[in-house]
Amino acid sequence: MRRSRFPIVVTGLVLAFLYLPIIILVVNSFNPARYSSRWEGFSLTWYAKLFESPEIWQAVKNTLVIAVSVTAVSVVLGTTAAYALHRWGSTRLQRVHYTLIYQPLVVPEILMGISLLMAFVAVGAPLGLFTVFLAHVTFCTSYVAMTVLGRLQDFDFSVIEAARDLGASPWQSLRKVLIPMLRPGIVAGALLAFTLSVDDFVITFFVAGPGSTTLPLRIYSMIKYGAPPMINALSTLLLVVTLTAVLLSQRLANRRANSVTHN
Amino acid sequence: MNLHPSKRTEWLASLPTLAWLSLFVVVPTLLVFVIAFRPSNPYGGIGAGWTLDTIRALATPSYLLIAWRTLWMSLLTTAICLLLALPAGYTIARAPVRWRNRLLLLVIVPFWTSFLVRVFAWRSLLHPEGPVKKALDALGLVGPDATLLYNPAAVVLVMVYTFLPFTILPIYAAAEKFDFRLVEAARDLGARPFQSFRKIFLPGIRRGVITAVLVVFIPALGSYIIPDLVGGPAGEMLGNKIAQRVFSDRDLPHASALSAVLILAVLGPLIAVLVLQRKGRKSDIVMGEAP
Repeated sequence: MRRSRFPIVVTGLVLAFLYLPIIILVVNSFNPARYSSRWEGFSLTWYAKLFESPEIWQAVKNTLVIAVSVTAVSVVLGTTAAYALHRWGSTRLQRVHYTLIYQPLVVPEILMGISLLMAFVAVGAPLGLFTVFLAHVTFCTSYVAMTVLGRLQDFDFSVIEAARDLGASPWQSLRKVLIPMLRPGIVAGALLAFTLSVDDFVITFFVAGPGSTTLPLRIYSMIKYGAPPMINALSTLLLVVTLTAVLLSQRLANRRANSVTHN
Repeated sequence: MNLHPSKRTEWLASLPTLAWLSLFVVVPTLLVFVIAFRPSNPYGGIGAGWTLDTIRALATPSYLLIAWRTLWMSLLTTAICLLLALPAGYTIARAPVRWRNRLLLLVIVPFWTSFLVRVFAWRSLLHPEGPVKKALDALGLVGPDATLLYNPAAVVLVMVYTFLPFTILPIYAAAEKFDFRLVEAARDLGARPFQSFRKIFLPGIRRGVITAVLVVFIPALGSYIIPDLVGGPAGEMLGNKIAQRVFSDRDLPHASALSAVLILAVLGPLIAVLVLQRKGRKSDIVMGEAP
């Protein structure tokens, strides 16, 4: 039977479409021309300019402080939620719980940003790093919960019961059995939370205040008010960092998943 | 921990997220509806008392134009994404396993790159001095004075670019579970390729298609950065108006009223899908298929 070539051709075009802008951006980060329409030779000018900019380093610092604390809190909240959802999934309470957790995943970001802004204004909370932290934990928790829940689907609770039968305390069975078996899911969830926090613009834009400029906020004002070629260089660096993190964590998650199943 | 866990441990394990999400999702969402009925005060805050003026102000022709534009641009984006994602998801699902994972990774990688950076990349591509404009000009497809940026078409193009990976993944997930022998059987019985695609494959991956539509259409309705950076005044959407009320006019009640409209617009398709799925499940059972 002859299979149509059409889907394969479209897939090729789709992949080209997805990668072309990114490739051109990376190439242009090494191009000293201001309007990137002509290649004027390889240069690291924009990278040098980038490293001389103190605002960028302040923004990187803010971004990392928020992302690390958000990851820590949302991993604990999200994992606990995923455990509850999996263990008691059919009760009415868990159905409400699931709906609540699902909410931040479907609601457009701008709505979450605006509603949090209204809440912070209503209680008179000063906008700053802390409000950004609260907002990020809110959506990151949902992503962590869903990621860990996916892992729990093929988790066998009789293992915990066996540990308890063999004399492990509840704490021991949690620490020595449950958490190690869930580790790949937790690592994946933590990585997702970190990446989402580092990358978030819309929600941050609404709840940030003076002194809490994150990297995406800085990039946005660079795009809007000048300095385009520097963004090419910054984007290329970001690209390298996130891709390395993703590849590393995938390798880690795979290895851990294998070692757990082999033991 | 007991073998039969008590209600208490269930509450204990659920309480942290229940409390957090009530405080930072449910209460703020309700507040949006409340603040829409409050007057604004001259300091950019929320005034005392209640008013219907803000709600009345929404019924102006300029807002209706924006609402209509938001709707058709989101629908067009969803349609184009689906048209590209169906063949792509199909191809990946039918590829040999070794290739399948590589192709999937290729689709996912752009998702891991910064969203702002991707929008920026298009902004410089479509720039009057940028490569796309130069290439089209050289081919004689556009005049030297044509602008590719700052119009609705640019917004739809960049929205398609942004949402396409999210459309391909659910289609692929559904296609991977699909039994392709059904398509082969249809072909053996004389169906043309497009017929077997439309009558056998498409109904078979219905759930994936519904998910794909939702993950594009809903965020598209709430788009804000894309029209802000490549749309210009001609490509403004509802999200831009909300942001303008907040950041330019500092009129929070007005922003709330617009957001309330957006919330209701997002709820529409969500509820429609829930109803459809419930119906779908019933008809599956009637037809004797396992759901």
